[in-house]
Amino acid sequence: MIDPAFYVIQFLNGLASASNLFLIACGLTIIFGVTRIVNFAHGSFYMLGAYFAFTLTATIMPALGDALGFWLAIPVAAVGVGLFAVLMELLLLRRIYRSHELFQLLATFGVVLIVQDLVPAIWGPEELFGPRAPGFTSFVVILGFRFPEYQLVLIAAGPLVLGGLWLLFNRTRWGTLVRAATQDREMVGALGVNQSVLFTGVLFLGGALAGLAGALQMPVEPANPFMDINIIAEAFVVTVIGGMGNVLGAFLAALIIAQLQAFGILVFPEITLVLPFLVMALVLVVRPWGLLGTPEPMTGHGFAGDRPLKPLGRRAQLGLAALVAVLLLLPLGLGDYTEKLVLEVFVFALFAFSLNFIMGAGGMVSFGHAAYFGLGAYGAALAVKHLDFAMEPALLAAPLAAGAGALLFGWFVVRLSGVYLAMLTLAFAQIAWSTAFQWVELTGGDNGMIGIWPSAWASDVTVYYYLSLILCGAAIAFLWRASYAPFGYTLRAGRDSPLRCDAIGINLKRHQWLGFALAGTCAGLAGGVFVFSKGNVDPGALSIPTSVDALVMVLLGGIQTLTGPLLGAAAFHLLEAYILPLTDYWRAIVGLIIVVLVIAFPQGLAGFLRERLAGEESR
Amino acid sequence: MTVLDVSGLRKAFGGLTAVDEVSFGVEAGQLFAIIGPNGAGKTTCFNMVGGQLRPDRGSVRLAGRDITGEAPRRIWRLGVGRTFQVAATFGSMTVAENVQMAFLSHHGRLRALLPSARRLYREQALAVLERVGMAGQAERQCGLLAYGDIKRVELAIALAHQPKLLLMDEPTAGMAPRERIELMALTAGIVRESGISVLFTEHDMDVVFAHADRLLVLDRGRQVATGTPAEVRDDAEVQRIYLGGAGAEAAARQIEARAGEQLPGERAEGEAR
Amino acid sequence: MSALLTVSGLDAFYGRAHILFEVALEVGRGEVVALLGRNGAGKSTTLKAIVGLLANTRGSRAFDGEDIARLPSYRIAQAGLGYVPEERRIFTNLTVMENLEVGRQPAREDAPEWTPEKLFELFPNLAEMRDRPGGRMSGGEQQMLTIARTLMGNPRAILLDEPSEGLAPVIVEQMARTILELKKEGMTVLLSEQNLYFAKELSDRAYVIEGGRIRYQGSMAELMADDAVRQAYLTV
Repeated sequence: MIDPAFYVIQFLNGLASASNLFLIACGLTIIFGVTRIVNFAHGSFYMLGAYFAFTLTATIMPALGDALGFWLAIPVAAVGVGLFAVLMELLLLRRIYRSHELFQLLATFGVVLIVQDLVPAIWGPEELFGPRAPGFTSFVVILGFRFPEYQLVLIAAGPLVLGGLWLLFNRTRWGTLVRAATQDREMVGALGVNQSVLFTGVLFLGGALAGLAGALQMPVEPANPFMDINIIAEAFVVTVIGGMGNVLGAFLAALIIAQLQAFGILVFPEITLVLPFLVMALVLVVRPWGLLGTPEPMTGHGFAGDRPLKPLGRRAQLGLAALVAVLLLLPLGLGDYTEKLVLEVFVFALFAFSLNFIMGAGGMVSFGHAAYFGLGAYGAALAVKHLDFAMEPALLAAPLAAGAGALLFGWFVVRLSGVYLAMLTLAFAQIAWSTAFQWVELTGGDNGMIGIWPSAWASDVTVYYYLSLILCGAAIAFLWRASYAPFGYTLRAGRDSPLRCDAIGINLKRHQWLGFALAGTCAGLAGGVFVFSKGNVDPGALSIPTSVDALVMVLLGGIQTLTGPLLGAAAFHLLEAYILPLTDYWRAIVGLIIVVLVIAFPQGLAGFLRERLAGEESR
Repeated sequence: MTVLDVSGLRKAFGGLTAVDEVSFGVEAGQLFAIIGPNGAGKTTCFNMVGGQLRPDRGSVRLAGRDITGEAPRRIWRLGVGRTFQVAATFGSMTVAENVQMAFLSHHGRLRALLPSARRLYREQALAVLERVGMAGQAERQCGLLAYGDIKRVELAIALAHQPKLLLMDEPTAGMAPRERIELMALTAGIVRESGISVLFTEHDMDVVFAHADRLLVLDRGRQVATGTPAEVRDDAEVQRIYLGGAGAEAAARQIEARAGEQLPGERAEGEAR
Repeated sequence: MSALLTVSGLDAFYGRAHILFEVALEVGRGEVVALLGRNGAGKSTTLKAIVGLLANTRGSRAFDGEDIARLPSYRIAQAGLGYVPEERRIFTNLTVMENLEVGRQPAREDAPEWTPEKLFELFPNLAEMRDRPGGRMSGGEQQMLTIARTLMGNPRAILLDEPSEGLAPVIVEQMARTILELKKEGMTVLLSEQNLYFAKELSDRAYVIEGGRIRYQGSMAELMADDAVRQAYLTV
């Protein structure tokens, strides 16, 4: 029998982590409210806050004395992160405010990747333990339990910041302008307010709040290079549950999530990683715009320059035939390593193409397509390891497992649109990832599963090359055909005008659901083929970076083209294969590629080339 | 024959009654207008007929069949076409493909994965486009058309499955006077020739009084008046709360023009005076 | 007399689409000038281009002798050229007073200074709903608020984009009276309209735009007398 007082303590612990979550999420939600950008780099801000505080305390505390030094270091670290955020606004965000939301998400993720490589380069890969907070190093006794004083500081921080923000937004002209800009920033500009300054200010505020959260966390948790990714998913959840752009909503959501985790861990420790995402999925089903959010204006989610689909011209058909011929003959001239590389290109081409099927045609921007790739890979691996399947039935299990997952998750996803939809796909991918990570008995946890090899007849690399070409090629051809078929047109109709769909009797959600499942199934096949070429699988297959890889491939190739994702997959995978072994900064390079692409080619490379060609023809 | 029979319709949002005890009937081949100031409940009324909103009380019957609270998709299948205040079309498709979508939906072919959508129901789509004068632009991208033309495409989509009733929410909003007259003349022509009925809301008093066979005036959810254009124009309360001087002038102008008209084609000239 | 607002050779593009061609117009101090044309003729685009809301434009725009062609929209507003958009675009979550606060700019020597109290005299309806969120006002009240909000910037001239659009006839009449009152106080106005009857009552001169080109210019009286032009571009 647990002492009831223990529950009180656990509740207080929940309040402390709620404060922490709120400090991060409120900045995220404010930035989204004004700029309409979902800032992936917010986790990086948080991490930088902790590292800045670490370095500052190490220098200031000896000079000014512990108490003054520490309590000065915390706000200075927050301001430092705020300035970093300002830098990001000036150099990057300012150029992409008018871009599609997908490009904005990707661009901020590019910053995440760059910071992820910078931090270990500057501070080293080890965990760094900061000093304890002077004046709050001891315990208070609550109902017979010892409770750290510093936790009380954290508990107070959340409501204090909430109150301060309320005053700022309701009692100052700057706050009024920010609230106005949250609704219609162009109009605010037309009324004589310099939006750039306003946006820079908002980024400073949001960044400083995240930095404050990171700095305040330093005495509790060592600074480490994984803080960003661990926190960002949860911060997204809090922001979305609260209603994006709503500060009070973020506060409520932080309380709910933190308390659920504080008590959930007592009842069902295995579920802690999954719990926030489950709550988010359920909340969004009941309230598609979060607890206190307001409906987003209905916008189409098409991409600039979307045009009618034209059947392939004669030249394109010849080009395609030539490509197939080259791919068929390729093994004659290549070694095993390169063959394997090219067959992986097939895998990623299918992965990217299936993503583009729902994203380009359907307008559903998925930030968690890796879930279905990974479900396919794990489906095949589990079938081999636990059910003693041979390769052939396991390759069938892969798309089936992924398709079933996509049917289940997709049912929730298609109820939303725009950024909320993207966030929910991300949440589901995190659920899948957490399951693979935490359910060690089944999946091998972080280590994954090894020894998943093709059947004897297909074990030769060249044979498996042809098998991959046939499977991935057939799936791509099928999706290609479906894009031109009534089903593909129905998805495009839904993207162009849900209102019109409803008025001509189209059950849009059902078709989007089926489209989502179809794309998931094909991604699963790609995952299945992948796992037999690698021989192993680990949770990385389901992770956010894998989802982002797929998005980068599509972006690289261009969204509104069918060929784009295929080109993008080839370019990205070959680059990775040749550059990754040469550098410790592969992530930063990918990050830079993303940032440059988003700024320079908002329509992707293929779209850019087509525009150029069209321009020359018309001349 | 009564195509649409609405009786005792009521809808409240929170504490606010948006539509209160509204009843009217639309006969076959009739153009029926709902007018009233902003916030009078026109759109709410409209959405209850179209299925976007479920009424708190009252009933909506289509050709004798109770459709109260049915989903918009069902109501479409039962023969109700709809156009919107801001035209809703598929901007990335060609004009023909826009209408083909309506046929694909009507014939239950939306889930086909293999045939080429461009080839299906093309002839039928072109025939409907011919009726609204858009067949010549069938291959153009809908999103790049002039707004007046987009409205015509929308009308063609709404006509594709040969509806009994057309719901047109402010059909001429955002259009120039001449385009308004052309679009409404086109609609009126189609009504005369095919016998379908039209229920529409409209702010332009010239359009309303030039085309409506019957009118319903709403104010703050209340049914203020129902009747022929002349009856409504002469209603003192309608003049006070809604028409004002200029509105009544427009009404008089159009009623007079209609009284003198012989052929529908002469209407535009009468107005240009 | 030099014009307060001079536009010449104005071209505008949306993406690759060329929308305005060599648009030229002038608005003198204290004048009310109508820009008439059908929907899609280029009226709103012209106004947006003048106040710096379009990314892709060519040609010159001068306000009180100052070149404003390359200025961002906030600088143009600060220079005293107010803009009242077509779709009202009030801040629905903000109260009436807060909406006015967003529009507030410092007083300037050569323009009347507006305060909320003074605006409430011009728009008596608004006075009764100072703390009401913009989202809970009727369309007519919202239209009044957009004009009031722009006046809070103490502009020397305002561009009004279709103020009569979508309003009940009685409200349109009220709107016309308000604009006439502004005119009496010496306000310079460029009014984009399709409603000829509305524009006729208010305007001194008119331009007619069609297909992105100015097709006609003259006094309002001349336009009303010119049946050919009215029928070609404005048929009412």
